[in-house]
Parts: sequence; C-alpha cells; structure tokens
Amino acid sequence: MLVARLMELGYRCLGPAAENGAIVMRELAAPDALPRGLQAAQAPGRYRLQQDPHQRYFAWANGPQAIKPHLFAPRESLWRAQRDEQGRLRFTAVAPPAPMLALIGVRACDLAALALQDAHFLQGDPPDAHYARRREQLFLVAVQCAEPASTCFCASTGDGPTPTAGYDIALAELADGFVAAAGSRKGAALLDALNLPPASPQQMAAARQQGQAAAASQTRSLPGRALRDVLMGRLEHPRWDEVATRCLACGNCTAVCPTCFCHAEMDEPAPNGQASEHVRMWDSCFGESHGHLHGFNVRPDIRSRYRQWLTHKLATWHDQYGRSGCVGCGRCIAWCPAEIDLTAEAAVLAGDREPS
Amino acid sequence: MRAPTRPRVAVHKFSSCDGCQLAFLNLGEDLLALAERVELVHFAEAGPLDPDAEVDLAFVEGSVSTPADLERIQRIRRHSRMLIAIGACATAGGIQALRNGADGAQWIAQIYGRPDAVASLERSTPISSHVAVDFELWGCPVSGPQILAVVNSLLLGAAPRDDADKVCTECKRRNFACVMVSRGIPCMGPVTRAGCGALCPGLGRDCYGCYGPAENANTDALAAQFGRQGLDPPAIARRFRSINSQAPAFLAAADKARMKRDE
Repeated sequence: MLVARLMELGYRCLGPAAENGAIVMRELAAPDALPRGLQAAQAPGRYRLQQDPHQRYFAWANGPQAIKPHLFAPRESLWRAQRDEQGRLRFTAVAPPAPMLALIGVRACDLAALALQDAHFLQGDPPDAHYARRREQLFLVAVQCAEPASTCFCASTGDGPTPTAGYDIALAELADGFVAAAGSRKGAALLDALNLPPASPQQMAAARQQGQAAAASQTRSLPGRALRDVLMGRLEHPRWDEVATRCLACGNCTAVCPTCFCHAEMDEPAPNGQASEHVRMWDSCFGESHGHLHGFNVRPDIRSRYRQWLTHKLATWHDQYGRSGCVGCGRCIAWCPAEIDLTAEAAVLAGDREPS
Repeated sequence: MRAPTRPRVAVHKFSSCDGCQLAFLNLGEDLLALAERVELVHFAEAGPLDPDAEVDLAFVEGSVSTPADLERIQRIRRHSRMLIAIGACATAGGIQALRNGADGAQWIAQIYGRPDAVASLERSTPISSHVAVDFELWGCPVSGPQILAVVNSLLLGAAPRDDADKVCTECKRRNFACVMVSRGIPCMGPVTRAGCGALCPGLGRDCYGCYGPAENANTDALAAQFGRQGLDPPAIARRFRSINSQAPAFLAAADKARMKRDE
C-alpha cells in the first residue's frame, strides 16, 4: 500500500533484493514486489544470505550499501570543457539526472550516516550541487532493526537500532503488521492519504520492546564515544604495525562505510582532443594517490593508511563534524576480506583489551 | 587545433599473443579520431610497416624471449623518443615466463622434433630488463580506455596517470559485492592493479591477477586469508604464479607459499 502510493506519486522505489550473495537496493518492479524472508548472517570477512524462518520483509540487518551511492555517486561527471571553432574553451556544468527516489528499508545507522554526509556535502559554501539535487528528491522509508547482525554495534555509538530522526516514514515490523510513524511533512501527508488505523498501545509497546531487545542482542561495541584524545595519544602504538601486517589496504572498508566521503577528481579528454570531462569518483585513504603530495607521499605504507582511516573515523571526525564518523553499522567488519574488526582494533588501541 | 607536425607513433610486437595490439584496434571510432592526431608509422597488425622508423612514441607489446628480440629492442629504443611497455608480457615477462622457473630446454626437447631449430632464450623477461622504459601499462590484455588515456595525456603534454590502486577500488565503485566475503571465493583483487574495471568480480568470479601487482600489495596477508578460505600452499602458489608470475611481488608470494609446502 505504501509502495503503491509512492509509485503513484512518481517515486522510483528501491527495496532489498538478493544479488550475487548480498542484499542490495534495487528498483521494485511492482507495488507488491517487496521480497519476504531475506536475511544475511554476518561475521568478520563473511556475509551469507539465509532465509528468515518467519518470512518477514525486513529481518535483514544491512547490505554492503544503503543510501551513500544514491547521493554521492561512485563515479560521475561534474563538468565538461569543449573547444569551440575559435579555439576557445567553453565550460559547461553537468546536471545529473535526479529522479524522485524512495528507499524502502533504510536503517537507523544509515540515517545517522546520512546526517554526516549531509554535513559534509551540504554545509559547504556553495553546497555540492550534485549531491543536493539528489538529496531533495529522496524519500526515506526507515525500518527499525529487529535482527541486528553479529557485526552490528549501533547501540554503542548511539545511532540505533530504532530510527529516531531523519526519515520520512519509519516502520517497525511486528508479527501482526507494521507500526508506522511520520518524520517529515512529506511522510505525514503520505500516511494521511493511506488512512491507516491507529496502532494499538500493545503494538506500540511491542515495537519499543523489539528495539530494546535488538539493542541488547548486540555483542560488539566501541570502547566509548569520545575516543579522540585516547587515539590521538597513541599514534605510535605498536598495534598499528601489527594491523598493517593483516590489512590488505584494499579500501573495501572505506567503500562500504556509509560516512566515508573521500573522492578523487580527474579529467578525461576525448579522443579528438577537443573536449574533456571532469570526473569525480570515490577514493580511499588506503590508495596511493590519496596521500600523494607534490614529490612525495605522506602515507606510503599500510600502517599509516590504516592509522589515517581509524583516527579520522573515530578521532578527528569530532573536530570536523562534532561527533565520531562511525555509526555502528559494522559494514567495515563484515566486508573486510582480511577479517579485521574495527571494534577489536579500537579496543586494543584504547587499552581496554589485550591484543589477540 | 592540430599540432603543426603530428607525433610519430609505432606499435611493436615481441613475444606475445597480439591481444594488447587488439586493444588499439578495438578502440574503433576512437582509433580513427586518434589517428587524426598522430602519424602511425609502424603497426603491423593495422597495416603500416616501417619497423626502423624514428618515432616520438613507441608502444612495445610482448616479452624479450628470443636472441633476435635482444637485439631488436635495443634498436627500437635508439629510434624512439619515448617507449611505453604495454601488457603483462612487456611488463612482467608474460605467461611464457612460467618457463623461467623450469627447465625450458627440456620442454623444447620433449615437444619439438628438431630442438636446435628453436631459438629461444632460457628466460622470458620484461622490456624494462633490457632498455629504459618511460611508462608501463599493465594488463593481460591492456584495455582500450587505458591506451586512450595514455595517448591523450601525452598529446596534451601531461604525464600519463599511473593507476596502481587495487582492483577492489574499481569493484566497489561499480557496487559489486565482494566475492571473498559474500561467497568465500579466494580473489586476487586485493593485491592486483586496477585497470580492467573489475571485469571478473562483475561476473561473480574471482580476480585472476591479470593486471599484475598493485602498489603496497600485501601478498602475505592475502595468502594467509586464502589459507583460511581453504587453499593449501600449492594452490596459493598457483594463484600468484599465473599471467604475471615473474612480477617481483607475485614471484615472492609464490615462492613463500612453496617454501611453506616444503616445510
């Protein structure tokens, strides 16, 4: 019903789908095409699809990506330069297509990450035009996490598992249906149009309990939320050397991280030499060019790159955006091909766990 | 604006399968646009033949594998202002360099009726082992867009971009799920150079390492992970001993795995 109404309003609706062994957001072909029973077991370096025995719609915790690629495109052209007949260069801004997009099934951690991406891309002067265009067209249907993965730790970062802000509509999936709440004017208008019966006090209580149980079920956590000083005081900790022996510097953690915003820009000249595209693409602090300054590289080895990633995410992000850059989604843990666990590394560095 | 004289370009072939030259030909219309801006003086596969012409830019495909190759690469270097090695053969010795770790003479004796008719060096080696190389384009084969980007940069007077990042960076930009994580398949992507656009992971396969070692390739960590995923040391050695077996990082990784087996 909700999806049908969104489609009537002209939204392209994206919901979960299983693809190549992972849950990804794909366009729903029809209002009733939302799949049931999707679930994934997650562990460090491991993600496996499985069936939810209760055939729920949202019993999965997360996939490798949620909102980020829909706003901060992995690769896109920003502007074009063209040489005219007189040999002068003309510059044209590229206006990307920005369809009305509804994402069905985003999580509290995704919304917290979105707020951080907004802070990065929209609060500059001027704001990022491409991001802003797509952001305005976005409709977010959030879902309370009932079954966090073993890699999840949003309760410890304070970002989940129940969505509290940043959504248009938030759902809690219960055994006897959904509890829906509006979080924006757009969301309220849509819920009004659906003319739903009010949730019973029992349903409201069940949703609250489900959120509490989901938080209590999380086994991972960060050693606190204010890690800035402790981590910046341990820049020469031997653990950086140790983790560098295990880290592949593949950058997967930064690509799946919903808050990472680093990008590279380069020019791609046309074969005829008369035009050029200025392209922006995702970059990673684990790559070589990220630390490349004129004549030398400030982060030549894996040790310095891992340290950059962890201390930026958990420490210096506080200076930039007033909070940690980690929202506890656990993607960097599950999608690390070398099974490195950010919470374990942070615990050793912060000194409250023996190195394993 | 066309330069008053167009840069002269040659494409040379050494021991190789010709696949990298095909990357030029497969450019299609783009090749025609490019041909307007340069003068292709030698490119046997496309037509023009003048192997000893003085050129501004020489692309060299293939490895040095025969006594004649030894002499010819010196001549080409003398005749070329800039020399770019293209493909796994030219940058690492190619698949034919698998003989470097074996008794090549014995293979020849087993296969050919008249082994003395085969003029082959004991080892297959990259171009950079013999002459100064100005730029290397890795890949088996190199891709059209790579070639285009290099030529375009040079024509604009800029140094070509050397993308030594891992295949994973391209894989994630294309939003492919990591096959190591979602399906437990040992993948060479985390130690392999970008450039192919994550072709194999995009088809649900593991990376074969066609583009050679990336910068900061942590082969020890990847070999350890392959072990956890069920590969035994000989299987791990084989993953590194493939198209780029003689690239130093992969050679060392394969040797380490072999030593582990012998322990």
